[in-house]
Amino acid sequence: MTQPVLSVRDLEVEFVTRRATLRAINGVSFDIAKGEVLGVVGESGAGKSVTGLAVIGLIDPPGRISGGEIQLSGTRIDHLPPEQIRRIRGKRIGMIFQDPLTSLNPLYRIGDQIVETIRTHTSLSESAARRRAIDLLAEVGIPAPEKRIDGYPHEFSGGMRQRVVIALAICAEPELIIADEPTTALDVSVQAQIIALIKRLGRDHGTAVMLVTHDMGVIAETCDRVAVMYSGRIAEIGPVQEVVRNPLHPYAKGLMGAIPTLAGDDKRLVQIPGAMPRLSAIPPGCPFNPRCALAFDRCRVERPEPIRQGTQSVACHLFEPAKETAA
Amino acid sequence: MLAFTLRRAVQAIGVMLAVGVIAFAMFRFAGDPVNQMVSIDTSAAERASIRQSLGLDDPVLVQFGRYFINALQFKFGVSYQFRLPVSSLLAERMPATLELAICATLFAMVCGILMGVYSALRRDTVLARLFQAVSLIGISLPTFLIGILLIYLFAVTLGWLPSFGRGEVVKLGWWSTGLLTISGLKALIMPSITLGLFQMTLIMRLVRAEMLEVLRTDYIRFARARGLTTRAIHFGHALKNTLVPVITVAGLQFGSVIAFSIITETVFQWPGMGLLFVQAVQNVDIPIMAAYLLMVSLIFVTINLVVDVLYTVVDPRLRATVGRAS
Repeated sequence: MTQPVLSVRDLEVEFVTRRATLRAINGVSFDIAKGEVLGVVGESGAGKSVTGLAVIGLIDPPGRISGGEIQLSGTRIDHLPPEQIRRIRGKRIGMIFQDPLTSLNPLYRIGDQIVETIRTHTSLSESAARRRAIDLLAEVGIPAPEKRIDGYPHEFSGGMRQRVVIALAICAEPELIIADEPTTALDVSVQAQIIALIKRLGRDHGTAVMLVTHDMGVIAETCDRVAVMYSGRIAEIGPVQEVVRNPLHPYAKGLMGAIPTLAGDDKRLVQIPGAMPRLSAIPPGCPFNPRCALAFDRCRVERPEPIRQGTQSVACHLFEPAKETAA
Repeated sequence: MLAFTLRRAVQAIGVMLAVGVIAFAMFRFAGDPVNQMVSIDTSAAERASIRQSLGLDDPVLVQFGRYFINALQFKFGVSYQFRLPVSSLLAERMPATLELAICATLFAMVCGILMGVYSALRRDTVLARLFQAVSLIGISLPTFLIGILLIYLFAVTLGWLPSFGRGEVVKLGWWSTGLLTISGLKALIMPSITLGLFQMTLIMRLVRAEMLEVLRTDYIRFARARGLTTRAIHFGHALKNTLVPVITVAGLQFGSVIAFSIITETVFQWPGMGLLFVQAVQNVDIPIMAAYLLMVSLIFVTINLVVDVLYTVVDPRLRATVGRAS
């Protein structure tokens, strides 16, 4: 197997507050191969965005990476000094944020913002960078790019602005794109276009994509593999078809059961009782145990480690071969 | 854009008209001007002829119209105490006040922005905290006290700087400047600091607060995710966004710098319009007071207009709204 573009091992992220140290990410491991799209789903506060920010080195104090390893194409990047991780940001890892309306500096022409980014990472001249900016705008589907390049952000619609943001994220041809809920702030018809665009760019350039979202429809349509996060851990990870059709972890089952279908049986959607625990009150053992219908004694004391089940990997005591009968 | 500027200009004219009415009213409510011009033993007939020669027995509206037309030509009448045209008195004093106000504003802007940016970017350093403490002093101490303390320290105790006056001035046409001689420059230091200190602390606190706000925005986070250098993010992206409100405040404060120069000019015996005004108040010299009122409001209104236009230059979003509205 070839080397993955991104390899995260046992990542831990902590936020040090006056009262306590809160662990937002606790032992997360995953790989993304070249050209692969990994979806990351979970409820708000599950640690999806923090994982993305940790990879690109943008965890602000009081937060910090307290353990584990992040490798980009075989090089470890989680302990680099700020200046070196800055050189990687935007060049080798591109990032797209949730809200395109606020991601662009309102006082600068979009062309200037793209040219600035290109020239930060390459040795192109001003005019060459501008030509490249026009090509990029054309590539992300902005009509009449040679005119629009001199527009200000407020002159673009939400969907068009997200295209500009994507152009900014890919302008140095990164190996990895982290898209943090790129479609949440857009309306549905535009969402599909943006998702198709990200997918096409990943395919054309062989870019690995980490797509953070809570929209299962987007995941099913776009991703090759999907990771389900809960309370700062990966509950289940596997190929998207398997995880959506045949989820193993009780939480993933609940999550998939909550997706309405067009098939139209009138059954009520499954609902997971309760809410995700706050970071300051994560229960011992499996963090999902208070909400899990299948929880047994061991779930309340021992933290489950990921277990391989075919192509999937699931962190649940139910799947431990020796203990299966005990359930 | 042009329509916007024109509309603002019309509003400005309205404001100036209202101020003109107030200035004119001062003549009518602050005693009989004839009494102030003649001695006690002037006969009633003589008083009546003076009254008639000055046009004081015409109807009020005619008098106001005359005052207004004269004011448009910068004729503000004759000073009671100096027996000289007010306009030439003001013109003679104006360079001193403007030089002082401009130096004070420059001092306030440069120091205020530098200190504000520093204390936003290096929030927890000792120097940033010192700036915060100093700014508290600048905001709470009254101008005249700062002036007197500076005089005590640098003029009386250390003897480095002159305690009053403008030093030697050089005439450039009708404009007299203190910027070209050493003694003129030395004389400018303390009054400028005294006059600009409040504005400086205001700008510093504003820049600091705005900068911290801007650094939290999504586009700064995205700029960091694009891998831009810290320098480009702080000074290219954050500072420009910070300056939008700073322009307004600094612009409007320039008006109050000129207005507040009354106190500073009195403390330092600075031969500017403010000192002239204070003398006029002491001697009930209404033409000077009225003209000064008109001058200061003209400056305020002009600055407001310039600030509005500058706004649209810095912020492209306003250009769009302005364009749509007109």
